[in-house]
Amino acid sequence: MNFKLAPLWMGLSATMAMGAASAATFKWTSASDIPTLDIHSQNNALGNGVHAAIYESLVYYNSRSFKIEPILATSWTLVSPTLMRMELRKGVKFSDGSAMTADDVVFSLNRGMAKTSNFGIYAQGIDKVNKVGDSTIEIVLKAPNPVLLNGLTELRIMSKAWAEKNKSVEPKDIKTKDESFAHRNAMGTGPFVVESWQPDQKLVLKSNPNWWGKMEGNLTEIIYTPVKSEATRVAALLSGEVDMLLDPSPQDLGRMRSNSALQVVDGAENRTIFFGMDQHRDELVNSSVKGKNPLKDVRVRKALYQAIDSAALNKVTMRGLSQPTGTLVSPQVNGWTKKVDARYAYDLEGAKKLLADAGYKDGFEVDFACPNNRYINDEEICQAVTAMWSRIGVKAKLRTLPLVTYFPMIQRYEASIYMLGWGVPTFDALYSLQSLVRTVGAGGDGNYNVGRYSNPQMDALVERIKKETDTKNRNDLIEKALELSHQDVSHIPLHNQIIPWAMKKNVSLVHRADNRIDWRLVKVN
Amino acid sequence: MFSFIIQRLFQAVIVMVSVALIAFMLFQYVGDPVVFLLGQDATPAQIRELRADLGLDKSFVVQFWNFLANAVQGEFGLSLRQGAKVSRLIAERLPATLELALVAAFLALALGIPMGVYAALKRGSWISQLFMIISLLGVSLPTFLIGIVLILIFAVGLGWFPSFGRGDVVQMGWWSSGLVTAKGWHHIVLPAITLAVFQLALIMRLVRAEMLEVLRTDYVKFARARGLTNRAIHFGHALKNTLVPVITITGLQLGALIAFAIITETVFQWPGMGLLFIQAVTFADIPVMAAYLCLIALIFVVINLVVDLLYFAVDPRLRVGKAQGH
Repeated sequence: MNFKLAPLWMGLSATMAMGAASAATFKWTSASDIPTLDIHSQNNALGNGVHAAIYESLVYYNSRSFKIEPILATSWTLVSPTLMRMELRKGVKFSDGSAMTADDVVFSLNRGMAKTSNFGIYAQGIDKVNKVGDSTIEIVLKAPNPVLLNGLTELRIMSKAWAEKNKSVEPKDIKTKDESFAHRNAMGTGPFVVESWQPDQKLVLKSNPNWWGKMEGNLTEIIYTPVKSEATRVAALLSGEVDMLLDPSPQDLGRMRSNSALQVVDGAENRTIFFGMDQHRDELVNSSVKGKNPLKDVRVRKALYQAIDSAALNKVTMRGLSQPTGTLVSPQVNGWTKKVDARYAYDLEGAKKLLADAGYKDGFEVDFACPNNRYINDEEICQAVTAMWSRIGVKAKLRTLPLVTYFPMIQRYEASIYMLGWGVPTFDALYSLQSLVRTVGAGGDGNYNVGRYSNPQMDALVERIKKETDTKNRNDLIEKALELSHQDVSHIPLHNQIIPWAMKKNVSLVHRADNRIDWRLVKVN
Repeated sequence: MFSFIIQRLFQAVIVMVSVALIAFMLFQYVGDPVVFLLGQDATPAQIRELRADLGLDKSFVVQFWNFLANAVQGEFGLSLRQGAKVSRLIAERLPATLELALVAAFLALALGIPMGVYAALKRGSWISQLFMIISLLGVSLPTFLIGIVLILIFAVGLGWFPSFGRGDVVQMGWWSSGLVTAKGWHHIVLPAITLAVFQLALIMRLVRAEMLEVLRTDYVKFARARGLTNRAIHFGHALKNTLVPVITITGLQLGALIAFAIITETVFQWPGMGLLFIQAVTFADIPVMAAYLCLIALIFVVINLVVDLLYFAVDPRLRVGKAQGH
């Protein structure tokens, strides 16, 4: 009889506890650990997402709308196109109880711009940061920067006094002899504080009693345990040792979806997968075409594009987990429109005709490189596309490489056709346009334009987008640039990635397009 | 004696330098860490600068010389991935690997010897046949498969043991031990069994074969003729002589246990040196990889050296040739 009563009693106590917004521990896992706790050292997506639990930025993306919302700054005004004044939130305390002031903000932004920081990209165009009052700062820009606020979402605020006391004024530098204090310790204003961290083993975060905000979820403790082996990670979720798995492998999804104790939440990531093509060399390496570069001909590029059956890729290779697209940015990114998202139709006959017009009636051989451990199903996609291209006579000589050798290789411009997936941390299309289609130049211009596409018209557009501060004009320019890329077939877009998260049924959270968990919203029932 | 030791030490040094050279040459092909350190937004100028700072732009010979000079002092530089000293990272991970290897070695001996003895004494019985089948599986099944099957049965299916990690550890000086807490023991069971299976099978087959050999010898027959009990013959006389090669092999295999713990550690997320190495490979973290390979080579070299010296002490035949002057 006792046996029958026990579960009932347990259920009852669980309901009662839920009513009182019970404190909950959230255990989660993914393949690798965060590289550091230093918020201005390594620009790593997973690390930045975890830092957001401990440290806060002036502004952050709202997890539901993805609009910028105030966090440590309460309001901001553009005094002139190159001067932004920000009011800071009052009554905010660091986790040691000391008050956050303008000094901490000025210090932290400068720390993010330090030479040893990888976060300079988020502070692009900032000339200097001044303290105006105890809770007011001014950001002076070298030139108008319409995406300043987007950059500020990734620059988090650290206690100045703490950093000075612990000799962590500069972000960790790879040249120095040993790790800095801020690498393993933290002092921020966020909802959680670091309880302990053993790299590659366990990171434990506890509620910050001094936090100013209001928790929507019920977490009081977060335990992160990276598990490298895919099978073990899945086993840990199935056996209930963790509550959530950030990166389930595609082949296990079916099993997890059919498990009644688990749920799989699919969310679009703001990462677009596409192919780039060498449009610079006069003769391609390892191609059957001698003396000229077929990829320089827009008809050839368009033929390759139209020979790809994106519906089949979506259905067969990606098992439905992708959004086919005709442009270089995903819908969450500012500048995306329905119009630019339209693809050229899949048309084998049209593709063959285009090739024949360009003088390659019998096709040609071309080098084709893909990573095999970077994007979801990257190698399988490339194998499928190789088969599709063979139908129009193009023999793509596929070589797949692990990411550690793949990325340096394409950056040396050694691939004729290559795969790339581009995420947009600023959620603004300029980030993509500047890196991908702007002619290779100084300061981030064309830094991942590894097919070396170059069109003066495009460069002019990108330069104007960099400076235009009127939102409507700017978005028109972005649309024009994306349309030009489409006409030129500067790249062959494939799809936006969809990222599944697997978790227990009793977990509720919001799937963010940047593949981060918003710790304030997680509820474990 | 002295010249023998000098000769062996000299050979050991040559082995170490060769391993370092081969390891260092391999690293030229694992990829460029700079791209990962700087992220997708790096400009070519930043990349060039960092390469120069890390000394990656120097010639191969210069890079290797610098590496050797530091390695001799036990310094392998900073981990490119974690920004911490490699020597410190290795020291943090060493206890986990050693504890796992020792528990696995203990399991292999404690189960392998009795099973081998039984299989030799009761040849043909069904339990002996079962032991032989188990040992055949043990030597032929790949470690990762054994690990995953154990996880599937005992962690996911039955829920008896955790599937990953080391549990609670207690810090004793620089040594972190999981063997003094109940949770630590709970966590070590599955990985230790996984790591032990191959060694267990090996020891069992070795003991069985040696035992059968010894049981055929004359002194065992004499012992029987004198009317000694089976128990005294088997365990007092036969087993003792069986164990000499077993101990040698076990000693040598301890190095293998430490080195091959990589796979077990990866499957169970056991935070030892092997896992550190695998993670370093993913990120092209050259200093960590180099340090790990050199350390493993050192362990093998030291174990072999000790075994050689022990032979020298134990086996008079080795001494005869060298001691002609006396």
